[in-house]
Amino acid sequence: MTEISSPDHDQQVALGHSPVADVPHKLRATDTDPKMAKRAERQVASMFLLSVLFVVLFVAAYVAIDPSLTIYIPVIGETSAINIALGITFGASVFLIGAGAIQWAKKLMPDVEVVQYRHDQVSPADDTAEAEANYERGKEESGFARFKMIRRTMIAAMVLFPIPLIVLLKDLWVPTPAEEGKSPAEILSTTLWTKGSRIVSDGTYKPIKPEDLPVGGLINAVPADLPEVQEAQGNLNARGKAAIILVRMQPDEIRAQQGDGWDYQGILAYSKICTHVGCPISLYEQRTHHLLCPCHQSTFDLADAGNVVFGPAARRMPQLPIGVDAEGYLVATSDFAEPVGPSFWERG
Amino acid sequence: MSTPSHVERAGGATATYVDKRMGSNKFLARNLGKVFPDHWSFMLGEIALYSFIVVLLTGVFLTLWFKPSMVEVVYDGSYVPLKGIKMSEAYASAMNISFDIRGGMLLRQMHHWAALIFVAAMAVHMFRVFFTGAFRKPREFNWLIGVALTGLALLAGFSGYSLPDDLLSGTGLQIARGIMQAAPIIGTWMAFLLFGGEFPGTDFISRLYSVHILLIPGLILALVTAHLMLVWTQKHTQFPGPGRTNDNVVGYPLMPIYMAKAGGFFFIVFGVIGLVGGLVTINPIWLFGPFTPDQVSAGSQPDWYIGFLDGALRVMPNWESSFWGITISWNIMIPAMILPGIIFTVLALYPFIESWVTGDTREHNLLDRPRNAPVRTGIGMMAITFYCLLWIGGANDIIAQAFDLSINAITWFLRVALFVFPPIVFIVTKRICLGLQRKDRDKLLHGYESGRVLRLPHGEFIEVHEPLPVKDLAVITSKTDHVPLPEPQATDADGVRNPKFRSQSWRHKLSTFFYADNVTMPSAEEIEAGQHHAAHDAALEAPLHEYEDADELRRLHGGVLHHPGMAETNAEQLAENREH
Repeated sequence: MTEISSPDHDQQVALGHSPVADVPHKLRATDTDPKMAKRAERQVASMFLLSVLFVVLFVAAYVAIDPSLTIYIPVIGETSAINIALGITFGASVFLIGAGAIQWAKKLMPDVEVVQYRHDQVSPADDTAEAEANYERGKEESGFARFKMIRRTMIAAMVLFPIPLIVLLKDLWVPTPAEEGKSPAEILSTTLWTKGSRIVSDGTYKPIKPEDLPVGGLINAVPADLPEVQEAQGNLNARGKAAIILVRMQPDEIRAQQGDGWDYQGILAYSKICTHVGCPISLYEQRTHHLLCPCHQSTFDLADAGNVVFGPAARRMPQLPIGVDAEGYLVATSDFAEPVGPSFWERG
Repeated sequence: MSTPSHVERAGGATATYVDKRMGSNKFLARNLGKVFPDHWSFMLGEIALYSFIVVLLTGVFLTLWFKPSMVEVVYDGSYVPLKGIKMSEAYASAMNISFDIRGGMLLRQMHHWAALIFVAAMAVHMFRVFFTGAFRKPREFNWLIGVALTGLALLAGFSGYSLPDDLLSGTGLQIARGIMQAAPIIGTWMAFLLFGGEFPGTDFISRLYSVHILLIPGLILALVTAHLMLVWTQKHTQFPGPGRTNDNVVGYPLMPIYMAKAGGFFFIVFGVIGLVGGLVTINPIWLFGPFTPDQVSAGSQPDWYIGFLDGALRVMPNWESSFWGITISWNIMIPAMILPGIIFTVLALYPFIESWVTGDTREHNLLDRPRNAPVRTGIGMMAITFYCLLWIGGANDIIAQAFDLSINAITWFLRVALFVFPPIVFIVTKRICLGLQRKDRDKLLHGYESGRVLRLPHGEFIEVHEPLPVKDLAVITSKTDHVPLPEPQATDADGVRNPKFRSQSWRHKLSTFFYADNVTMPSAEEIEAGQHHAAHDAALEAPLHEYEDADELRRLHGGVLHHPGMAETNAEQLAENREH
């Protein structure tokens, strides 16, 4: 029968693994010259003393420097005076304690190495035997091996006891009245946009007329009711899904759209949330009509139905169908036809 | 013994008081003189430990002012450009710490710098442990603890980075949510539960806060304690050298030298972090502005240690499958879940894999020189290469901008390089290691080249080889010749089938791969002869300076030994001749 053997290590000893004669110990200047030793002593003491001084300076800087004062420091630039002063005084006071201690150890404490012996980690055979005996006694006395029913029910109880702790986590998400009865997938699949939602520019919340957007231009936009909804919900969730960008190109530059006539005179509305992992997309190159995500560089072609031209995103940018209302302002003609933002399991 | 001072008497009384209740003197007796070996690379782990203490300390201060709330408030602090702007209370309080609390900015920056240094020091410490084989028996558990600590440190860093709720940190959370949603089956629900609904919601910052300040640091603290206790009981490994064996530990005693050095080093690390925190701006949240889910700044970059994951996300091709009403986002799952899963699993299992392959079950307290384990060193360099390429991927936009390259070209380059470069690095590293092994063997057999060329009386030129100094001899001979495991037999002499044949065949092949190319050590006699021969060279040289003290040798010219006062160049010699 073949025995797999461990590498031979007797050879080690033959090759000089046994302690080699010590290298002659070199005395330091501080060992031989009392003057040098005295000098080292003074060095250590002055470092500790300087540390004390820096603590005093720290307190002085804390009290005396106006927090709004900025100063110009070469390389660093314009910066807060108190921050620099506190950093330097605190850092120096602490650093000097360390420097002093190490100088002390290196120059004045003995530098002769000491040998100690190691022992194998394995326990002595007696201890192992005693441990085994204790285990056997416990097994015998408890009857763990005998009481099969106790053993099985106990295992069942132990396995199930964390379940309440997990169940308690369910209410980490308490659906709002509007979300009631909807699954996460359904919630992710709708946005604030509906038929007739006015498109307003983000920030000013002013409605937009087609002539406000020149060819080659871009507007960040949201639905007109977003500010009220945001106020009512007390969060930014609606914004995270409804944010769009409006771009305008010559109608003949549009090679494809996600639906017939979803543009309005060359104005296209696309979601602003990347279909990769959800970063807002902000870089638009008007010459190529490419939209680039600054997070992971997924690139979408807005002239070609928002399809992916490069990068890790798998899905096209959802397009919002738009038109104008009776007053001539841009409006959505329905919600997005597909979920915006990153993929999820139930998306299909 | 000197008479104890007043303070010493009080200290002694306290020690006795405690000892009577806890038996603490037993511990002190054993451990005050404990020996720790010295080497610069042993300080890497210390840096990690000390920067963690600084993180804890500064973190406690930050909790006094930080408000982990996503309630919207209007900023009214002293940073003028953001006055009157709506933001979350978390961001407003982080701004407050930066601009209205004296020293708050220093604390924030120290906290952030210390965290960056913590993770960096851990990484480099791990390299040291890996390349020197310090993870081998009996220290496999400590390696596992170290791997767990590394994972926790990444989580600690990311969770902290996400708290101030500035535009950059919120973008990081948005990405994290996108990744979460891509998890199969449970992803969507998990994201809804953790965020309390849709992104961003109003719950997440306060939930993350308790994870960041309690859960993760608690776990890290517990594991660090276990890590140090194991180092303590197993005693530290040491590098080979004169008098250093597998069974001893040579170094300085805890009291007083190691205490002064290690204690002093804590203050050095603390002090440096203080200086850097005062002088170098990190994470200027006031420039990013408050978070809103529909804005982002170009050139968004995570902290350095998340860069490799971000890079993996960036270079991954856009694969996604949709069928039967479900979506599987390979483009997210592979780089953000499967890849880190593989990295950490392989990392954790490496010590066990290596000892299975090599069949090595001995305790190792003497460290390997990386060259003496070429395959391990090659694997390590291969992993580092892979990591660095991902890291470059994480900065592909910055690189594209700085060097005026196409992002697409960089991404494609990386997609190929990730598979091509690591094997090349493995082969090159292994070759370099074997070359160094040959060089070592040469030194043992012939001594080292002194650089002095000697012309013998009959005209022959030789280069003088000198015997190795004791220290070098000890270091080089620390190498062990490993023998690959033998090829197993399918059946033994009696024709009985070997039930373990298959697994033994694998081990044989792998251990041959691991060891076969190693350069064998010369025998003790050969070394003796080689060193003796080198001494012979030196003896040939002796007559040349028998009339001078060898220490006064100054320079060589034209193969002739020169002594002080002798001409060293032809010009000098001519001038001397003219004088006479």
